[in-house]
Amino acid sequence: MTVLASTEQPVSAGTVIEKIGAGNIVLLVLLVLYPAVASNFFLAQIGAYSLILGMIALSLMLLAGYGGMVSLAQISVAGIAGYTVAVFGLNNSGVHGFGWPFWIVVPFATLIGAVASALIGLISNRTEGIYTIMITLAIATAFFYFTQQNYSLFNGFPGYTGIRAPEFWGVAWRDPLPFYYLCLGFAVVTYAAVLYGSRSTYGLTLQAVRDNPRRMRALGFNVTAHKVVAYFYAGVIAGLAGVLLVWFNGRISPGTINVAAAINVLIIAVIGGMRHPIGPFLGAIVVVLMQTFAIDIVGAERFNTLIGLFFLVIVFVSPDGLLGLWGRIKPHLAQESLRSLR
Amino acid sequence: MRIHRRALLALAVATGLTAPSLAFAEDSIKIGLLATFEGPFTVLGEDGERGAMTAIEEVGGTVAGKKIEIVKGSSDASPDSAVRAARKLVEQDGVKVLVGPLSGDEGIAVKDYAKTQPDVTFINGTSAAQDTTLRDPAENFFRFSTDGAQWMAGLGTYAYNEKGYKKVATVAEDYSFPYTQVFGFMAEFCKAGGTVPSKSWVPIGNKDYSSVIAAIPDDVDAIYVALGGADGVNFLTQYQQAGGSAPLIGGSITVDQTVLTSKGKIREVVIGTPSAGPVADTNDAPEWKAFVEAYKKQPNAFPSPSLFAHGYYVDMKATLLALEQVGADVSDGGAKLREALSKLSFDTPTGKVSLDKNRNAIADIYLTEVAEGSDGNLYNKLVKVVPQVNQTLGIPEEEFLKLGVVGRDNPSCP
Repeated sequence: MTVLASTEQPVSAGTVIEKIGAGNIVLLVLLVLYPAVASNFFLAQIGAYSLILGMIALSLMLLAGYGGMVSLAQISVAGIAGYTVAVFGLNNSGVHGFGWPFWIVVPFATLIGAVASALIGLISNRTEGIYTIMITLAIATAFFYFTQQNYSLFNGFPGYTGIRAPEFWGVAWRDPLPFYYLCLGFAVVTYAAVLYGSRSTYGLTLQAVRDNPRRMRALGFNVTAHKVVAYFYAGVIAGLAGVLLVWFNGRISPGTINVAAAINVLIIAVIGGMRHPIGPFLGAIVVVLMQTFAIDIVGAERFNTLIGLFFLVIVFVSPDGLLGLWGRIKPHLAQESLRSLR
Repeated sequence: MRIHRRALLALAVATGLTAPSLAFAEDSIKIGLLATFEGPFTVLGEDGERGAMTAIEEVGGTVAGKKIEIVKGSSDASPDSAVRAARKLVEQDGVKVLVGPLSGDEGIAVKDYAKTQPDVTFINGTSAAQDTTLRDPAENFFRFSTDGAQWMAGLGTYAYNEKGYKKVATVAEDYSFPYTQVFGFMAEFCKAGGTVPSKSWVPIGNKDYSSVIAAIPDDVDAIYVALGGADGVNFLTQYQQAGGSAPLIGGSITVDQTVLTSKGKIREVVIGTPSAGPVADTNDAPEWKAFVEAYKKQPNAFPSPSLFAHGYYVDMKATLLALEQVGADVSDGGAKLREALSKLSFDTPTGKVSLDKNRNAIADIYLTEVAEGSDGNLYNKLVKVVPQVNQTLGIPEEEFLKLGVVGRDNPSCP
């Protein structure tokens, strides 16, 4: 809340730019221009992948930052949407693959993901704090083992392969450039929705529920319903990200949604910071860059140690992640510019 | 403005990170090495790397006058991570020759990726799923290490004829490599007249085998176990504690050093266990002994190279031989290299290796049996060598393909 208030620009009311925020516009322009300097690898494997992971972490940030509910099952929600795409769309694993057109499959998969997320919210609703983490971790683990051993629906260990992104308007959407813009488009929409939602009546109510559920209940708000609806919205975001993830990899298997992947989403959110929706995306960029290039810096034996140390340093220096770090540096920079003015 | 500065910083960091890969000299050749340096198979991946490095040191780190530059990629045995690592090596580091991956389903995933990169030559590591090369193969994916069904050559017949087992239950991990192993065993065993009334599939890393052990019928003559590393030890310990007394038949990675050196009553259970695979610890051939000596020079090497070190060695060796033939020139999109690879036939520490039309190896397989040495240590005694096993196990290809895709329920002979 306080952070959100401080980021708003103190200027005269009215124009669109002020509503959106100058920083967001500059950021968007930079991201739109990014393909001009990036190679295909940096577009898809770094750019698009960061945006996808950022969206999954954004759904966690929505729950944790505004609702105080740390759910480790968001990767499972993305996985459910991804598996839905594989089962109802086309795959070449020879199991299911009903071949529905993408414009039905995508909304359907997102909806399934959102409903699954709401169910997880309903189940974990009675718990708080660390118990929410435990129960959602249990759900994520159980879902991972279920997909690994169930062959009739999830095709077990190999999962589904040969899932292609659609081609329409003459564009092959899995080519690096279109795919980057596709991911950017989804990411911008979800980011804007979360930002807008956090200032809406519902968003403010949710934050009030986070701060004092008993008082909100006494005031006549349905606390359970607000939390479950938050899970539903988070599920929509994670579900969309799951669809993109399955197009990105061209395949989905239990390895995509295992416990390590669930923890990865939490790491991204923590590294980035959970106070503002931009945090998860920052975290995703850092994590993807580290996981891709650490092996070039220290070699194959110790690269995970380097990744771990790097994350440790970030969290040690700033418990609020990169956002918190920025929050601390900003006043110093502001003073610096004042000094130089003198 | 601040955001702009931040973006510049990010850009600087990004270029700094990519710079090492841009330093590409004319007189060097880049080879990607993809193995499991994280996750449950880390130890195996590191041994695979030792095998590959043994082959590179044999040629003094140069091929056709060009310095070999190894770029490593790491996966965690999941297909997604293998493809991600392969993409990084190919699309970012720009390797034109890639050796790997290690595990079964990784191989199938990388083969699918290979189809989208026709100018890059992929040579397998040790991944041993059958369908990496048998069905829907990729033109630019080569496997000089054999597959999991080939590794079982001779075992089914030996178990039926020599050991006299008529009825066998199987316990194996639930993914494509053990499927292939069970397939290879049953292809011979069922043909000889044996039956397999019960097959149990367990997840990798399973700890509790009580339900599996309870499901094994009482009247079986033996149990075929295809479990790797800790899974194998856990199962054997629990089976023995549960009072199980049926003799065992081992998959290629079941009866390894971890099992042989374990203490307690397992010893009595495993003595006499027949097994088969691409290597045998007690192979007396001078070529093998020379390979073991060369391998041992690698840091942290095992007393004897595992089949992962062997597989990566053979595949890397083949790569280097073919590169030597074409003068390490891959500027034509690797067409000459692939031509050379498909015609390659050479002598490995484990006998002659050549490729079939699907670019899968034809090689010797070793049948072993656990015995107690004079010093009281257990070891895999070499029983016999099955020469030049091909992917269809000697069955005509048409007939072999009719057996169907390997999986949980295929083959079946209850």
